[in-house]
Amino acid sequence: MTPPDAGFDALASLLRVRAGIELTRAKLYLVESRLGPMARARGFVSASAFLEQLARDGIGDVLATDLVEAMLNNETFFFRDIQPFDMLQQRILPQLREARAASRRIRIWCAASSTGQEPYSVAMLFAEDRSRWDGWTIDIVGTDISRRAIARARSGLYSQFEVQRGLSVHRLMAHFEKAGEHWALSPAIRAMVRFQPINLLGPWALGAPFDVILCRNVLMYLAQDSKQDILARIHRNLSPDGRLVLGAAETVLGVSDAFVPDRQNRGLYLPVSGFQPPAFARAG
Amino acid sequence: MKSCLIVDDSKVIRKVARRILEDLSFATDEAADGRDALEHCRQTMPDVILLDWNMPVMSGMEFLSVLRAEQNGKRPVVVFCTTENDMAHIRAAIDAGADEYIMKPFDRDVIEAKLAQVGAL
Repeated sequence: MTPPDAGFDALASLLRVRAGIELTRAKLYLVESRLGPMARARGFVSASAFLEQLARDGIGDVLATDLVEAMLNNETFFFRDIQPFDMLQQRILPQLREARAASRRIRIWCAASSTGQEPYSVAMLFAEDRSRWDGWTIDIVGTDISRRAIARARSGLYSQFEVQRGLSVHRLMAHFEKAGEHWALSPAIRAMVRFQPINLLGPWALGAPFDVILCRNVLMYLAQDSKQDILARIHRNLSPDGRLVLGAAETVLGVSDAFVPDRQNRGLYLPVSGFQPPAFARAG
Repeated sequence: MKSCLIVDDSKVIRKVARRILEDLSFATDEAADGRDALEHCRQTMPDVILLDWNMPVMSGMEFLSVLRAEQNGKRPVVVFCTTENDMAHIRAAIDAGADEYIMKPFDRDVIEAKLAQVGAL
């Protein structure tokens, strides 16, 4: 059922302001599938009826947060698209091992970590090469706009379905234990990653620059000015010799001058020295 | 075209797996238990074997131990596909020579991902 204009417009406005996401009418089908359960739990027959009432009565802050979280795409899995992880293992991490030999410290940020599979996959790469990284400080940070996703990531608990997507049986045996109906990630891997809720549109407080930032399958959902703003701030939070990894369907070309594509590795971007962010870029 | 032998005592599971594997460009054959599967392998060794654990006549584990002991030359990729979903079973399967392990229920994505893991696609 198609939501009436007022309800849809209220939701679209909420997503644009809070998450920078452009909800077009071509994605109307998502509204019913993602908000339907929430609507029915509140006694409405459909998402459209729910939104209609919200448009009339207004949307409180808590409910607004729930609505945005319900509309987000949390799709992720371990070692998703494998190529970025091969690239990390075979090129980026060996280069960083040489470049950071003095400090023996590497910082990696997964900027939209959803339920944690991406940063935990990165942690597994280090754990599986433990002897080479002995004595190093590996700081992996996972952030996401969804507090619910962050809570799940911190739990380190995954379903049977989730551990079969992208994880080899050898990695399952090495890093997980069965915990009732779930699979629990080992304390050693969990301890390598810390999570914090961060809305990429808002301020970031992330500390020292990162050596690698993975921001995959996020920018594709955002409006052009949000992309430009986020890329400018990623540039500021990345070491001059750091690396940015975007999703396979994303690019900086035509969006930002802060990065240039690496010629040899699809999805890898290098920060441009002397890049001046546009005047509207916010702090953080 | 690569070949896959689907070994499961459930006709329904074999049918579902067959559709997925043929969609992944495999030529498929079926066996309803371990003994059938061994006879098939002795005549024509497939590239991949999708193997159930609990079957009448000869279980998946019994089949695998005989297969790995007597194979000469061609070493098929063996992927267990079973309702057994605890670590003890998984470790036993890998120790016995399985290459991957799928916990039922499965779908196309899981089968494709697991076959990709072992380079069987």
